[in-house]
Amino acid sequence: MTAKRIFGILAHRLAILGYLVFALFPLYWLVKVSVTPNKLLYSEGVRLWPSRMSLEHFAFVLKHSDFPIFFKNSLIVSGSTAIIVTVFASTAGYALSRFNFRGKYWIVALMLLTQMFPLVMLVAPIFKILSPLGLTNSLTGLVIVYTAFNVPFATFLMQSFFDGIPKDLEEAAMIDGATQFVAFRQIILPLTLPGIAATLGFVFTAAWSELLFSLMLISGNQAATFPVGLLSFVSKFSVDFGQMMAAGVMALVPACLFFLLIQRYLVQGLTAGAVKG
Amino acid sequence: MASIDISNIQKSYGIMPVLQGIDLEIQDGEFVVLVGPSGCGKSTLLRMIAGLEHVTDGEIRIDGRRVNELAPKDRDIAMVFQSYALYPHMSVAKNMSYSLRLRKVASDKIATIIAGAATKLGLGPLMERRPKALSGGQRQRVAMGRAIVREPKAFLFDEPLSNLDARLREQMRAEIKKLHKDLGATSIYVTHDQIEAMTLADRIVAMHGGSIQQVGRPLDLYDRPANLFVAGFIGSPGMNFFEGRVSVVGERSSLTLADGIVLPLPAATALQSGERATLGIRPEHVVLEPAAAGDIRARIDLIEPTGFGMILHLTLGTVSFKAFTLNRAYLQAGGDIGVRFPAEHSHLFDKDGQALNRP
Ligand SMILES: Nc1ncnc2c1ncn2[C@@H]1O[C@H](COP(=O)(O)OP(=O)(O)OP(=O)(O)O)[C@@H](O)[C@H]1O
Ligand SMILES: [Mg+2]
Repeated sequence: MTAKRIFGILAHRLAILGYLVFALFPLYWLVKVSVTPNKLLYSEGVRLWPSRMSLEHFAFVLKHSDFPIFFKNSLIVSGSTAIIVTVFASTAGYALSRFNFRGKYWIVALMLLTQMFPLVMLVAPIFKILSPLGLTNSLTGLVIVYTAFNVPFATFLMQSFFDGIPKDLEEAAMIDGATQFVAFRQIILPLTLPGIAATLGFVFTAAWSELLFSLMLISGNQAATFPVGLLSFVSKFSVDFGQMMAAGVMALVPACLFFLLIQRYLVQGLTAGAVKG
Repeated sequence: MASIDISNIQKSYGIMPVLQGIDLEIQDGEFVVLVGPSGCGKSTLLRMIAGLEHVTDGEIRIDGRRVNELAPKDRDIAMVFQSYALYPHMSVAKNMSYSLRLRKVASDKIATIIAGAATKLGLGPLMERRPKALSGGQRQRVAMGRAIVREPKAFLFDEPLSNLDARLREQMRAEIKKLHKDLGATSIYVTHDQIEAMTLADRIVAMHGGSIQQVGRPLDLYDRPANLFVAGFIGSPGMNFFEGRVSVVGERSSLTLADGIVLPLPAATALQSGERATLGIRPEHVVLEPAAAGDIRARIDLIEPTGFGMILHLTLGTVSFKAFTLNRAYLQAGGDIGVRFPAEHSHLFDKDGQALNRP
């Protein structure tokens, strides 16, 4: 191995390391602050790790704040949105990938159009629409709004996964005696699991961290989702950083669990296309 | 097993016609091979028979019953795809039994059928593998297995061997032929490969530009091509063509090429003096003689030894052509050689490319 090669490898590794540090540092800081006792937060200055750790913030957040409610609301909203969007997106994506029908071009154009507006513009009209229906201040309202906003992109995502599956497979299944729907369910859907996992993950995290609409459509703590709830740690006179960060750490848990669950399919999705079926 | 009748089938994509009036009757148990250049509509025709492609006009009957409107699953036909189209998430056994499971065949019966097919195709030890873990030839066998397990009315093959290397292709070709003998199933087989077409077919259907050029037994197409297209397409290396004007003097007629070279024609032709015509002769029928003895001399440009024989690239005036010989002895590139085109092996085509009957 020449010195030049070794240098190349080193530079490569260093670049990756640099990126990881850059990307993960905020997370690290989140965890660090969340375990720092209030007393040490300001007195110790900037340190990489507090001299004494404590879980008091976690205990407080769980026992004395509305955080568990926020958490549950977020789980319901994000979970439902992810599932509903994925069902719509996979059926619509399949249709776009496989069928030619009248108006297909316009449907795609309209779906693209919905992606072009800044969401802020739409808050007021959406509020106007939802409020006579009694859907403001309700989780159902949030799920509907999130679903509407995520379906177009998720549909394109799923369509690209379906496009990656050779048409021969369904045709073989149909010749073997399946209807188009059975071929879709038994042959195509299992092969799209990586795509479905990616879509679920994408929509789940998008809904999990959405702030604008839940801030505008929800008032009061009963239907608030977690990003809104975080703001309740900001009072008029101070920000309770320790508790806020503790809540933040706990809010990471479902997203991490979720990705742990689907990562098998995600990795498979990245490599499966390499081998001709 | 079934007969397949195709009458006046048309297919167009939008305004682009792809097939124009295909008529073909396939007997029960017959092995029919579709050949033709890329894009001539072979796959399209096959897919219409399978029900994967809408029929623009005309009628397809399987066993006398019109199937134009039937879904693929109701046509009881099996198809082997060029890409094999194995289900990647199922084991070999599951791949092969999928059609039976869809038909709710009892599981003990499925097991027997699958075991039988596995033995027949030598897939025994591979049954629990996924397609990803198989070689190209093995995948091909699984695709065949998937087709034979349910004893369909007919088999359709779309270039099933084109992804295999030459040796494996030869072997699978023989196996397909044997399988067809065993099962006696009506089969339609699409291929680019001359040898596959010649060796497998009961009848060959030569297609070009969306219509059928000639239908017949392999040797009929080889010996009596109906037109220039079939003459040039069947056979490898392909037939040589010499274009020129006919002149008839008394009992003798001859063909004058563009550069003035005169080739004798078979005595009795229906052609008049001055008509344009094309003389065709297969490379293996060109008789080679020492340069001194022949009346027509050609230059040897290149010699390609194939082991079995030699392919000579020759030039006559300005026309290049090929000859095939088993004799290795006296030939040398750059030299001259005498050639003769025996009348009994000459093909004559009129100005529209239609073959003229030989005496
Ligand atoms: N979906 C389609 N839309 C438009 N034209 C098509 C479509 N499918 C096929 N064609 C055209 O139809 C013609 C016949 O195609 P087909 O696949 O039947 O050819 P083929 O004889 O099987 O060729 P090959 O030997 O290359 O497989 C081609 O010119 C092709 O461009
Ligand atoms: Mg084809």
